[in-house]
Amino acid sequence: MAKRIDVSGLTAYYGSHKAIEDISMTVEPRSVTAFIGPSGCGKSTFLRTLNRMHEVTPGGRVEGKVLLDDEDLYGAGVDPVSVRREVGMVFQRPNPFPTMSIFDNVAAGLRLNGSYKKSQLNDIVEKSLKGANLWNEVKDRLNKPGSGLSGGQQQRLCIARAIAVEPKVLLMDEPCSALDPISTLAIEDLIGELKERFTIVIVTHNMQQAARVSDRTAFFNLAAVGQPGRLIEIDDTERIFSNPSVQATEDYISGRFG
Amino acid sequence: MSTAAVTDKRPNSLRSGHLPKWSPWAIAGGSVVVAAGIGLGAGLSSKVEWGLIAAILYVLGTFVIATMVEGKRQAKDRVATSLVWVAFLIAVIPLVSLIWTTVKRGVKVLDPYFLTHSMGIVADSEPGGGIYHAIIGSLEQVGLATLIGAPIGVLTAVYLVEYGRGKLARAVTFFVDVMTGVPSIVAGLFILSLMLMLDMQPFGFAGSLALAILMMPVVVRSTEEMLKLVPNELREASLALGVPKWRTILKVVLPTSIGGITTGIMLAIARIAGETAPILLLVWGNSFINNNPFSGAQQALPLYIYQQYANSSGSTAAYDRAWAASLTLIAFVMILNLVARGIARWKAPKTGR
Repeated sequence: MAKRIDVSGLTAYYGSHKAIEDISMTVEPRSVTAFIGPSGCGKSTFLRTLNRMHEVTPGGRVEGKVLLDDEDLYGAGVDPVSVRREVGMVFQRPNPFPTMSIFDNVAAGLRLNGSYKKSQLNDIVEKSLKGANLWNEVKDRLNKPGSGLSGGQQQRLCIARAIAVEPKVLLMDEPCSALDPISTLAIEDLIGELKERFTIVIVTHNMQQAARVSDRTAFFNLAAVGQPGRLIEIDDTERIFSNPSVQATEDYISGRFG
Repeated sequence: MSTAAVTDKRPNSLRSGHLPKWSPWAIAGGSVVVAAGIGLGAGLSSKVEWGLIAAILYVLGTFVIATMVEGKRQAKDRVATSLVWVAFLIAVIPLVSLIWTTVKRGVKVLDPYFLTHSMGIVADSEPGGGIYHAIIGSLEQVGLATLIGAPIGVLTAVYLVEYGRGKLARAVTFFVDVMTGVPSIVAGLFILSLMLMLDMQPFGFAGSLALAILMMPVVVRSTEEMLKLVPNELREASLALGVPKWRTILKVVLPTSIGGITTGIMLAIARIAGETAPILLLVWGNSFINNNPFSGAQQALPLYIYQQYANSSGSTAAYDRAWAASLTLIAFVMILNLVARGIARWKAPKTGR
């Protein structure tokens, strides 16, 4: 079910500004890959190219290849809408739909796609909320608005919403940066469980988090402000944090950066 | 310290002089009394002059007293506050006076009979008759105008906010701005020229078309603002679920902003409900009941008010009817506004726990 991502020679622009340049990497299925690096180095931009959300930004365009199990996401005739059904995304700030109840939020992906059977909807919502470790907290108030939950609960609601459409890959853009340590722990545990079923890519500013949750870690950096971001190295998380092959990575991780 | 040149302006105690809570009221009362005294003494007959003198005295008095008791900074704060209050009162007085006069004069003949009968067999100078035909006409014309203007306006705004890029969007924005400034008589003349070309007689729907032209830019503007308020994160959340853009707009963006959009449409309706010029040109007015907006002249409330005033050669009965019709029109717009607020509150994104 989970799929492998192969990126080769990927360059992304905002208008005429080159945000990331010539990135190639492989993301293994059923594993967690973490992206670390300083702010503005293009981690989030790169993440957004993996489900074609980058081009939603005005002026955003991409060169290069992203293969999802041998199928090029940027190939001719590929519909970005179907790409996004395969590659789900969780955002930095929890963003449940304010007009919808908790149940409707989780069901939103299916309902809005029109691809569901009514009888299955209850089961899928329950399964997704259980998958996001939220079921016990909300099972008695599924009809209440989702915005009434706490920040950590809202973020898990967004994860439930993302996994309800059964994507193959789950992208997470700093999913814990707006949360307290306890909610962060809940989400990290959840990531550990989700990697059994999905390929997970997570952007984080928290080095300990990358060390805790990921199997592989990629370090991004940019030569100077205004220069495009580049992939410095990607390796097993243990190696990156103990014995990285590039000096810049070690400097960044040990806090000797800049 | 070698550089102790800066003098410390702060008072020695944190509890410096304080005016009591009732002081603004006392100063206001005092300035009114003094203004009345000056007015009487100087023999000023106009109450407006008295009021302006009182307002100036109030601001000056606040400044002087606050400076003496509390110091410069608090005095500035109090002057700003009193200016806001004076501006508020100046804005509210005409409004209250208008509503008061309309209610006082309007209730004289406003009764169920008045609301359910037409002017069919009543001459404009005689008592009796009613505005049923005008209410029917207004409802139909405004309703049809809304059916045309609101969807076009909302869709235009959706285009401008969600899709519009480049030259076409800029042109549309420009023409919407121009349309906002089109006087109602010009919109009426535009439809009139079409009617003359097609050799048609006046009828209600022609008025609706002109009203729709007046309504559209208002709806576009307000809807645009409301759509811009929808956070981009919601759009991205929906797109990232693999929802097509049009469904995202339909199921996420519009429901989130529906309260504000409804309010905007209601305000636009309120604006066109009082238009007289296009009705005068295109619908002509009619003392009989005409339920069909697509054939024959109709009446409408604003035009009725004008005709009662203009065609009755000073008859008191006609003036009373005009005031009562004005009150009905104000009530109609007011009810619409209340309904809009109700819908906005009901549909607003829930924050409750």
